Amino acid sequence: MHKPRLQLQASFDIAWLQYLDKQGSATQSLPEFASPDWLTHSFRQMQLARLVDDRAVKLQRTGRLGTYPSTLGQEAIGVATGNALMAEDVYCPYYRETGALLERGVSIEEILANWGGDERGQNYRHAPQDLPICIPIATQMLHAAGVAFALKYRHQQHGTPLQVAVASSGEGATSKGDFYEAMNLAGVWKLPVVFVVNNNQWAISVPRSAQTSTHTIAQKAIAAGIPALQVDGNDVVAVAWAVRDALRRARSDEGPALIEAISYRLCDHTTADDASRYRSGEELQQAWQWEPVARLETYLRGEGLWSDAKQQDLARELAQTMEAALNSWESRAPEPATAIFDHLYAQLPEGLYEQYDQLREELQGARE
Amino acid sequence: MGESANSITLVEAVTQALAYELANDPQVVVFGQDIGANGGVFRATDGLQKRFGAERVLDTPLAENMIAGIAVGMATQGLRPVAEFQFMGFIYPGLDHILSHAARMRNRTRGRLSCPIVYRAPYGGGIHAPEHHSESTEAIFAHIPGLRVVVPSSPARAYGLLLAAIRDPDPVLFLEPKRIYRAVRQPVADDGEALPLDRAFVLREGGDLTLIAWGASVKETLAAAEQLSTEGIEAEVIDPATLKPLDIHSIIDSLEKTRRCVVVHEAARFGGLGAEIAAQIQEYAFDLLDAPVQRVTGYDTVMPYYQLEQVYLPGVERILAGARAALGYVREGGR
Repeated sequence: MHKPRLQLQASFDIAWLQYLDKQGSATQSLPEFASPDWLTHSFRQMQLARLVDDRAVKLQRTGRLGTYPSTLGQEAIGVATGNALMAEDVYCPYYRETGALLERGVSIEEILANWGGDERGQNYRHAPQDLPICIPIATQMLHAAGVAFALKYRHQQHGTPLQVAVASSGEGATSKGDFYEAMNLAGVWKLPVVFVVNNNQWAISVPRSAQTSTHTIAQKAIAAGIPALQVDGNDVVAVAWAVRDALRRARSDEGPALIEAISYRLCDHTTADDASRYRSGEELQQAWQWEPVARLETYLRGEGLWSDAKQQDLARELAQTMEAALNSWESRAPEPATAIFDHLYAQLPEGLYEQYDQLREELQGARE
Repeated sequence: MGESANSITLVEAVTQALAYELANDPQVVVFGQDIGANGGVFRATDGLQKRFGAERVLDTPLAENMIAGIAVGMATQGLRPVAEFQFMGFIYPGLDHILSHAARMRNRTRGRLSCPIVYRAPYGGGIHAPEHHSESTEAIFAHIPGLRVVVPSSPARAYGLLLAAIRDPDPVLFLEPKRIYRAVRQPVADDGEALPLDRAFVLREGGDLTLIAWGASVKETLAAAEQLSTEGIEAEVIDPATLKPLDIHSIIDSLEKTRRCVVVHEAARFGGLGAEIAAQIQEYAFDLLDAPVQRVTGYDTVMPYYQLEQVYLPGVERILAGARAALGYVREGGR
């Protein structure tokens, strides 16, 4: 058979970044931002995220919280991402991001309220422009592209510093059109947006190998003409470096980036899921060997930055923080039922007055 | 800025409203497929990119879901995006963002963020277009809490309602009846005056019968009313214009006089807005009725290719037949 002569048209590489190996030893000298203060702060926030998760799951088991998606095993990605953003940047999270939300200033009460069935939990006091947690898969990536357009537009119109939009997702989201469409537009319009994919290996029960036949998730960015990097997602320093570098370039109007952070979901998909139905205990046990919190602790202890005494103090402080937040959440007055109408439109349309009054009368009747 | 009342078509009124708001509100950005250099497939954005620049009037890649989705992100940060879909038949990939996000953002953040978006789309049949270009599925959107669905039926209402839609703090689906994009010219002052949303317009007064229609069907409905008038029957013609939330009160007010009603729409009948209007009329005004509410609609079929589209679309004759059924109804034998 005739074989045509072909010429190489393009070739690509995907780089991988790691600072702390699975045992918590540095594989290269740490970047400047990774000061003792930053490292211990990250360590604290990762443990706080883990504690909030643990309590949230327990609250669900006792019927005090609705379905909750734990972040267990992915704390490094969220904490490093949330920490890298400036207050004025805009975060567009998916639903498994307790660590990042805490870093953005979202309170534990708000997180509990949201999963406890109270919309006020998405009315963030300290992250006023961040998007609410996105439940449909990958749609937040397009919102982030739109946000990034608005940020760039403001920068061009008013000469204000260029801010960045950051979207997070799981690797399952990269199977969706929204993911490709967002990256494609971001590339064409050179938008200041960073996509952080938490590759935790499982989209509910479907393993990464059944989601895509690509060698890496990062290479999907090549199709959109935007730079990508794969990092060890259980290495908080590596994730932080990648996000910071992507943010720096986006702020300099150099355009978007994709970061694939390799991690592992150590928990069920949500409290409504039972992962033992579809994955082996052996796989789970292996994944525990490279989880992010223990890894950082080993490094910190090796550097003389952590001790049993410090850990005891921290554990006590975090428990108090959690307890105070729980009490504050549980003592919160319930939202008036009429709130379901109050925020549907900016002003209640006349056509809805009757239903609004009907609800008020029902509530009145229930009180009498 | 010009305030002279030039005689313009409906599609020109859309352009005029977009230009007015682009000139007066720097937060307004307009985007979609082919809307820049080409001025849109129907020329609704003709000349806007030249006048306002490619930073504010943008051609997007070809992806309706993307167009719907980025509008959400833009709007949450204070922009007023006006997104064009080439045809309503192509809007469905964007449904997820319109229904799941744009319509709910204010509510789910308890007012922290909102989506002042206008999604524009030419809709309806009658222009000999290919498949998927002629749908009239406004009921899908009218069903969704948090959305507004607005349909103009004249150049003046297109101008005034589009301005109102862009200025509205909530998302609006603005459906443009493309069959009458160029059917009539009308003087429209370019004065930036918006028309009220959520208000029906009485297009013709009469005491014998209420005809309700919107979009392109208003044309045939008015023609039917004129025909009835030659027979001594005066029909009141009401254009709800905002289909959601619906101004049922104006319709009931009319029924106080006429006691008989026909709803006309080119959308399929089952679950169409005629059903909603008829249901509300019987809830609020059962005692006023001298006859069942008649519906004159498209059939519950797929909108046919254009050789048969006139068979599908309700014309003057079907509206007259519906009117006569309502007028001729006599309740027999009491209960």
